[in-house]
Amino acid sequence: MMLRLRNVGVIAFALALSAAPARAAYAQDSATTIPSQPRDSALEARTSAVASQLRCPVCQGLSIQDSPSELSQSMRAVVREQLAQGKTPDEVKAYFVSKYGEWILLAPKPSGFNIVVYALPVAVVILGAIAILLAVRRWSRAPEETMVSRDSGSADEFERGQ
Amino acid sequence: MNGLVGHSALLVSLPFLALGMILMPLAVRRGRADLVAVAYGSIYANFLLVSAAVVAMLVALVTHDFSVSYVAQVGSRATPLFYTIISLWGALEGSILFWAWVLAFYSIVVIAVNRSRPGDLVPYAGMVLLAVSLFFAILLVGPADPFQAVFPVPPDGPGPNPLLQNHILMGVHPPLLYLGYVGMSVPFAFAVGALLSREAESNDWIRITRNWTVLTWGFLSAAIIAGMWWSYEVLGWGGYWAWDPVENASFLPWLTATAFLHSAMVQERRSMLRLWNINLVVGTFVLTILGTFLTRSGIISSVHAFTTGTIGYYFLAFITLVLISTLALVAGTSDRLRTTGRIDAMVSRETIFLFNNLFLTAFMLTVLVGTLFPLVAEAVRGVKVSVGTPFFNRMSLPMIVALLFLMGVGPALPWKSTTREELRAKLLPPIAGAAVMAIIAIAMGIHNFYGFLAFTFVGYSAAANVREFWFGARARHAAHGENWLLALVRVIAGNRRRYGGYIAHLGVFIVALGITASSSLRAETEGTMKPGESITVSGRTARLKQLWGREEPQRSVVGATMEIMDGTRVIGTMEPRMNFYPTSQQPVPTPAVRSGITGDFYLNVMAIRPDGSSATIKAIFEPLVPWIWFGGGVVVLGAIIGAWPGARRRGVIAEPIAGVILPQEGAA
Amino acid sequence: MNWRRSVIAALFGLPLIALFIFGLKHDPKDIPSPLPGHPAPPFVREVFAPGQPPLARPVGDTIRLADLRGKVVVLNFWASWCLACRDEHSALSAVARTYVGKPVQFVGSLYQDRPSAGTEWIAQMGGQSYPSVTDPKSYTAIDYGLYGVPETFIVSADGQIAHKITGPADAAALAHIVDSLLVAAAARPATAP
Repeated sequence: MMLRLRNVGVIAFALALSAAPARAAYAQDSATTIPSQPRDSALEARTSAVASQLRCPVCQGLSIQDSPSELSQSMRAVVREQLAQGKTPDEVKAYFVSKYGEWILLAPKPSGFNIVVYALPVAVVILGAIAILLAVRRWSRAPEETMVSRDSGSADEFERGQ
Repeated sequence: MNGLVGHSALLVSLPFLALGMILMPLAVRRGRADLVAVAYGSIYANFLLVSAAVVAMLVALVTHDFSVSYVAQVGSRATPLFYTIISLWGALEGSILFWAWVLAFYSIVVIAVNRSRPGDLVPYAGMVLLAVSLFFAILLVGPADPFQAVFPVPPDGPGPNPLLQNHILMGVHPPLLYLGYVGMSVPFAFAVGALLSREAESNDWIRITRNWTVLTWGFLSAAIIAGMWWSYEVLGWGGYWAWDPVENASFLPWLTATAFLHSAMVQERRSMLRLWNINLVVGTFVLTILGTFLTRSGIISSVHAFTTGTIGYYFLAFITLVLISTLALVAGTSDRLRTTGRIDAMVSRETIFLFNNLFLTAFMLTVLVGTLFPLVAEAVRGVKVSVGTPFFNRMSLPMIVALLFLMGVGPALPWKSTTREELRAKLLPPIAGAAVMAIIAIAMGIHNFYGFLAFTFVGYSAAANVREFWFGARARHAAHGENWLLALVRVIAGNRRRYGGYIAHLGVFIVALGITASSSLRAETEGTMKPGESITVSGRTARLKQLWGREEPQRSVVGATMEIMDGTRVIGTMEPRMNFYPTSQQPVPTPAVRSGITGDFYLNVMAIRPDGSSATIKAIFEPLVPWIWFGGGVVVLGAIIGAWPGARRRGVIAEPIAGVILPQEGAA
Repeated sequence: MNWRRSVIAALFGLPLIALFIFGLKHDPKDIPSPLPGHPAPPFVREVFAPGQPPLARPVGDTIRLADLRGKVVVLNFWASWCLACRDEHSALSAVARTYVGKPVQFVGSLYQDRPSAGTEWIAQMGGQSYPSVTDPKSYTAIDYGLYGVPETFIVSADGQIAHKITGPADAAALAHIVDSLLVAAAARPATAP
């Protein structure tokens, strides 16, 4: 078993053992196996694509792809296994949603009420662009009022290449 | 004793603040300069009192006076002195105290610099600063009282949050953040002061606050970069930005402040966007308070959100008060805030600035809505949802590349109008820069759409910005016969604000390259290894030499000594570690980073077998990440140059004449 | 005076304030599980800690959820490194003993821990009355949407997840849930699907 989430007593114990670098290899009695080096790079790429969409349950806002936590590693292994079994990325995500709820998706599903969060920024940009174009048209038609804008500043001349 | 001193100082500051705040408008209305001076006095008095409280807190921390509640909460005898001192801002109450102190400090600086200025603007701004200070003073004697007496006095405390005592950047990032955050109160004070003193239609308040905004914007930029660096060096996942609510909270006011820095120029040059600028300034201030509210009230869970009882309602009440009062003020004044200037042509720098403001504001709204959406979804649908990196990246990338492009177009376009030939002469040459960067992007392997676009636009815009320096230096070189370097320095010194802005642009481009490359080309691998075995990523190899453990007073450390290999030759060692703090079940990693110009080699210990026989190591190659920190430095340099007080301080003594602007200084 | 703009702005501001008040009354860390009301994910796991007679199962024996149809199953996820698990340990063991002879099965599932540390911990805590199984790759934990330990799932006699307890289980509350499920099962005898 690896030192990860454990209480202080265990740490002290671990330190006592590891204070002098021990080289002897002990028999494996690990309950969790650390994912071995990636073998199939296409599968790895698909795994990390799905894993970066899923939220790590024990971290704050990190994806299970980014999180170093043990649970995230196990969840990545589940993703990898399900993809290898031929499930589609959406099916894998649906599996996790059925276990953890929508909370597990780092980007909310763009359907129903969730569309608001996607549409709002787009709407702001479009409406804002229209407003700017209309305003500029109006302002550029307006007569030069009594404005005393002394544009004799040096910057302008530099800008115009002088 | 320390508790008594600190608590009394804060209590005494309350009447000073309240009286000053009430006295100021009365004195102004009656034209009583002597009473205005008395009200200013309360600002100085507040600074002295809050300073006394901060000193009392520092003494309590350093002497381990656990009878003070804050010290009992964050102190511990085992914590090293440096981290004991910086735990002043490590938890809620202390950070509010620090905020109040920074605000008090800023207030006296603002008053000292501007009090000789005639008119009612400065007194009213002082009144607003007093009001904001009063809010924080109320927090400090109420829900965020750091000086509560603890009895019986505990013999020791738990120490600061392990995440916050694990890296030296914790001594840098929070103070910078407060300097940036709290500094936004000053433009707000002047905006409200301008509305109250009926000077909003003049551009005077803009002129007084513009250098100030550049300065605090520089602090905020530095704070954001330092925060990224901290999370890169401490959280161990090899990233620097996770769109966490805390990060978003610091980013939101940065976006609106950046928008204001640009739109303020339009107001100065063209007497336009007055109402909009007031909105931006008020919005920036509200976002700083809102960000603090979001991260400190526990309303949204987050990396270092501090949860406490009632403080959220105080913040909410304050935000409501600020919104209602500024909206009412604007409503009463907006007739006089109409645009008197005009835009001459659709294709002009003014229009580019309008679009710059559009994208920055839309960006801000995207981040704000994304941050708040989990709350909205829960209120509306009763379902918890998450909004994280995939959402924010997808929504913000188009806006980011658009902004990168505009950063090249804006400086190239002249104010007012332009001719077709001039346009061609200005806009076409930088395309060469775009082509170069496009080729580099493809050669590096950046094939994703936005990554490629970001590189290309950075190439375009960097070329356009560099051309500005080149033209300026060339003109001086020709006119005065100065050598090129001197000509360049004189050009920058002669128009610090404009060229400071361009330097900040260049810094942003460097940051953009670093972020694009590191997010597109990052390579990582993970392996469980015994001493003697090695791990390789992107051609970089580290060999595990040994695993070790060590006890320190405040923590236990286990680590791996890794040798960096070049073939069979050892060219260096790295020591990623895991730290175990008694108060935390989760270990706090300390990844090891070896930086080079092409990127970082990043090693993190994921797990160590208790018997020391093997360890799981994650090795990441992070392309161009050091460019982000360097580019951040360039941005800050630009801000310093832009904010550097000039010899020509006409703004301070010039009589405000409605509608007239004096464009000599800072014409960009 | 031009109130139009300000009123519009206020119309945007007020719902936001209302939203924040709503938010202050809700705990962001309390995330409801979608599982209660759904069939319990099946598991087939090996016993590593036998428990005590009469609830004991031999080490190496396999516990299948499918075999437990007709019984109320209390599935508790725990670990030796988990501090909160110490708080609920004796309560769980005691409640399990009160159901000897009834159609109730308590199962502990070790979460991200090695079995030797688990048995050591059990000995240290003075024994566990019911058997515990291993969950080598945390597959069962993920199947049950686990956030951390301890978490306890109570499965009804007809194989539905009836209840989830997050954090240390309280003896009285747990017994109440099990009792009510036993009553329901008695009223409507479980039939094989």
